[in-house]
Amino acid sequence: MPPESESPAGAPFVLEARGVTKRFGAVTAVDALSLGILAGQVTAILGPSGSGKSTLLRCLNFLETPDAGEVRFEGTPIRARDRELDRLRARVGMVFQQFNLFPHLRVWENVALAPRVVRGVPRAAARGRALELLARVGLADKAEAHPSHLSGGQQQRAAIARALAMDPAALLFDEPTSALDPELTGEVLAVMRSLATEGRTMVVVTHEVGFARAVAHEVVFMDAGRVVERGAPAQVIDAPTQERTRRFFAASGRG
Amino acid sequence: MIGPDGHLSPGRLGRMARAPWWLLALGLAVTLFTWKAATSEVYAQILRRLLSGLGVTLAVTAVAFPLAIGLGLLAALGLVSPHPARRNLAMLYVQVARGVPILVQIFIVAFVVVHLGVEALHWAGGSWAAVAGLRDSDVPMVARVVAALVFAYGAFEAETLRGGLTSLSRGQAEAARALGLSQRQALVRVLLPQTFRRVLPTLGNDLISLLKDSSLVSVLGVRDITQEARLYASATFNFTESFTLLALFYLALTLLLALGVKALEGRYRQHAA
Repeated sequence: MPPESESPAGAPFVLEARGVTKRFGAVTAVDALSLGILAGQVTAILGPSGSGKSTLLRCLNFLETPDAGEVRFEGTPIRARDRELDRLRARVGMVFQQFNLFPHLRVWENVALAPRVVRGVPRAAARGRALELLARVGLADKAEAHPSHLSGGQQQRAAIARALAMDPAALLFDEPTSALDPELTGEVLAVMRSLATEGRTMVVVTHEVGFARAVAHEVVFMDAGRVVERGAPAQVIDAPTQERTRRFFAASGRG
Repeated sequence: MIGPDGHLSPGRLGRMARAPWWLLALGLAVTLFTWKAATSEVYAQILRRLLSGLGVTLAVTAVAFPLAIGLGLLAALGLVSPHPARRNLAMLYVQVARGVPILVQIFIVAFVVVHLGVEALHWAGGSWAAVAGLRDSDVPMVARVVAALVFAYGAFEAETLRGGLTSLSRGQAEAARALGLSQRQALVRVLLPQTFRRVLPTLGNDLISLLKDSSLVSVLGVRDITQEARLYASATFNFTESFTLLALFYLALTLLLALGVKALEGRYRQHAA
């Protein structure tokens, strides 16, 4: 598959990986991979464990520093450890598999922290906005609680509210439901679905094939650090052209 | 067997052994000596001497501990730094400070470092009057001892804080950085508050150790409670009374600190995660 480095006319990529490579010792987790994320689109990245999905996602906001290649945010190349990087991170939200809420802060303080610290929003305003966002994810009544008193699903919804608090240009989801049981998975996916309906730009690394089919505009199937196949969900999931893709979705029962 | 409350579960002694009788024993001892002090002139004299040294003991501890935590924090950040030079420097400090007895460190700081420092100032300051007139003896003994205790305890705090920092999940730093917080902001707003909550019990122990080690100031003649007891004892030969009461003073102080730390721990335990 040739690297796609040109965006379609009039639709600039919000985030773009160009030939990104990331190695861990002798293992090449992401192999000269190129991928552009269009504004307002939901991109689902699927693939077997160890295919480099999460590493790719983490390269997009430099939680991993790529060994080669380039990441662009709104057209500007980002280099590790400079101003551009802080700007990128402040404007690209991330939701983690393990939620990673800050346990020493109340739920609303988790949501209000970055606006207050990074943007200097006054406490009262940041709190007001945090309460709005918590209501948005159905956690209005948990604002004063500490994260340890929340269920996994509630914690993940609070983490989504935290990511939304910076008014992100794009949201990265790193297997957001993999640590949750099916019942809790549903409430998190519902929130993500409603964000997609709002036209949020989202990149979702997931094993939820059903969610990808229903919500994603584009599905990217990865294996061994490369993109094997990409396209509309119906095409990649239900009528894959590559043998590797076909085997994966056959084994997963096509969600 | 460790019980669900984290205590060793009692054997046959049952509830009698579980009752906090050690507290009762201490209380009795304190009461006994208070009564003694009220009725015996010797004890009353010792008590007055100890009270006159109490300020020094408490001040040395209260000044040295926060400074040691500050130094320890710097060293801990060095120990976990990705920069090899900082890591090596921090390691050098910790090894030196932990490998030399505190008493010896006090001698070195008080008589070697201070001397060299004054010499260096003379050399750097030239004929400038304020510097040229400076003598070793212008540096108070209590300041030298505090500096030495800070140097020694900074290494303990460095290890404690490094342990606390590295025990946090990587996800905490990642979540903070992913939100756009700078490294410093992530440290101050996310990592350190959690670290301090986690290491609170260890810090409490270190504070108690420091309070006890503050008795070392007496070797330089600084008049803390230990020095007062020594002076009184050697002048009056009332060794038994002096040193028993001195020990009890330290016990009472460390007990108060332990209870304080425990209260603080209870407050933070819930959300230390």
